[in-house]
Amino acid sequence: MAGMAGRMSTVIKAKISKLLDRAEDPGETLDYSYQKQLESLQNVKKGIADVVTAKKRLGMQATKLEQAVVKLDTQARQALAAGNEELARTALERKQFAQTELQSLDQQVAELQSQQDKLIESQKRLSTKIEAFRTKKEVIKAQYSAAEAQVRISEAASGVGEEMADVGLAMQRAVDKTENMKARAAAVEELEAAGTFEDLTQLGAGQDDIDRQLAELGAGGMVDDDLAKMKAELGMAPSPAPGELESGEPGEAKA
Amino acid sequence: MIVRIMGEGQFRLDEDAVKRISALDDAGVAAVEADDEDAFHTAFEELLDIIRKEGEHLGDEEIESSDVIVPPADTSFAEAAADFSGEGLIPD
Repeated sequence: MAGMAGRMSTVIKAKISKLLDRAEDPGETLDYSYQKQLESLQNVKKGIADVVTAKKRLGMQATKLEQAVVKLDTQARQALAAGNEELARTALERKQFAQTELQSLDQQVAELQSQQDKLIESQKRLSTKIEAFRTKKEVIKAQYSAAEAQVRISEAASGVGEEMADVGLAMQRAVDKTENMKARAAAVEELEAAGTFEDLTQLGAGQDDIDRQLAELGAGGMVDDDLAKMKAELGMAPSPAPGELESGEPGEAKA
Repeated sequence: MIVRIMGEGQFRLDEDAVKRISALDDAGVAAVEADDEDAFHTAFEELLDIIRKEGEHLGDEEIESSDVIVPPADTSFAEAAADFSGEGLIPD
């Protein structure tokens, strides 16, 4: 068969014949093949553990981002209530960004979950096949003459070899996806470190710049109130809303 | 004949079904060459459907070589294209 299936078959058969060529005599082929199967199974187990770790890391990031979204929303409300629309806008912009990242993280977690499920299925199949091969191996060794055994061994080793190639491909795809997501997770962590979503683990001691600006705004608001009172007493026009003040005022500094 | 879908296991199919699979496989390749992603997915999904619906799933304990090996169901258009360009789905 030409086409995709043809190419896939060719590649896999080549891999299997490489495996079979390693050993000198039939008995050795069986043992070598069996040993390779066990290694392959170990690799899948390791692969599953890697995917689980990557998924956990992304899950932790998602939790942080969820907290950031809530906090930024609160900050935007506070800023707006205090009349600083520009600060509210900054908070909302960050909230938007955090939400977009969060969506992407959720998709990645789902993708890793699907990879994990596939690997677990592969592991199950391979493990059953290896057990069947182990039984068959002993039967072949005990019952067949050297010439006959050679044929049976090739058949058995090819059959299991195919399963190993299958698992190998599933592993490779899972690893590729996990690597991509690790790189992405690292990028999000850098953004976090740069204060893009602020550091929520340090609430209190490590106030972020929006917190600081809100505090200043609180102070600034009192000054404004005083000013307004004074202006009223002196019969002057009321001052414009704080959000309309010209730039250069501390509460309006761009983050 | 025995057909393997990578990542899903092996299926026993009759000659007629394998012929239809082969035709769809060719259609998939033609779609990749024509840079027609939709046509590729249509052909590939139909191909997988035939195997899954008409094939008899081999037990995991059966040790058999496949006559035909089909790439995994989640093969993307880009992966299929790379496959024909010689890079292949499975690196050596």
